[in-house]
Amino acid sequence: MKGKYILIGGFAVGLAVASALSFSDGDRDWSMSATDVRPVTNPMYAAECGSCHFAYQPGLLPARSWEKMMAGLDDHFGENAELGPDVLATLTDYLVANAAETDPGWVAKRIEASAPDGAASLRISEQPYIVHKHDEIPRYMVRDNAEVGSLSNCMACHTRADKGVYDEDTVRIPGYPYWED
Amino acid sequence: MRRFLLPVLIFLSVALPAAAADAVRERLDAYRAAGAGEFSAARGEAMWTRQQGARAPDRAESCATCHTPNLTQPGEHFRTGKPIAPLAPSVNAERLTDTAKMEKWFLRNCKGTWGRECTPQEKGDFLTYMKAQ
Repeated sequence: MKGKYILIGGFAVGLAVASALSFSDGDRDWSMSATDVRPVTNPMYAAECGSCHFAYQPGLLPARSWEKMMAGLDDHFGENAELGPDVLATLTDYLVANAAETDPGWVAKRIEASAPDGAASLRISEQPYIVHKHDEIPRYMVRDNAEVGSLSNCMACHTRADKGVYDEDTVRIPGYPYWED
Repeated sequence: MRRFLLPVLIFLSVALPAAAADAVRERLDAYRAAGAGEFSAARGEAMWTRQQGARAPDRAESCATCHTPNLTQPGEHFRTGKPIAPLAPSVNAERLTDTAKMEKWFLRNCKGTWGRECTPQEKGDFLTYMKAQ
């Protein structure tokens, strides 16, 4: 009887070690946060920034990128997105306080770890981790897909992106229902 | 609490439809005070589809690029594809009710589309055109 428990115990430990090894290469650790990035909690941010585009979660960029972006809203990827000084200060504080460095989510942690030191890239779609995670998805599914158009259009495929959930189980690429990573 | 409900509802039913007219009137007065003359819906309509291409030759946008030529229709941001609710107060009662919001978008969209701020005269012509839609 005792031997049987030892056997089961040994098997369980072996399984845990094997799964830890197989998950160590950039995959999600399921014991971590339930969201990949913290969802947006600031109604002013959702209204001001979300009126023109998806309200990207603060955890999708390091603080230095948000600071640089908010200092140049008069040319925001070719658009004018100027804010009054009070709103600008409030939203900059919110973004910096919740940036990738402070977000416990798995995706936010990977983005922060992959961002090159010193550089402050403004594009979430050019963060090395984001590039890496999408590099096997063919162009015709994203850029040439009329319903997607760009990696910046998170909600086109990540059906729960607005909840801060970006895992593969929630991906539905328009026109490609049988896509699997 | 309940005895306040009826007066509040009556107030809202009277105040809300009037809000767009009040906000527009307040802005038009401010533009006149800043030197604008009479406002014209026809000029506003003509400017709505005017392409200035001010910043670069490949940027030939007008208001209608995102908002469509028909203000009662929903639009779509030309880059991000984000839906834009109709601007016409006749189909969207929230429009033209918040003067701070109106000025914010005039600033952003005039600079973004024409490469400069709109004059008080132009903003007044736009508002006169929009409120009639």
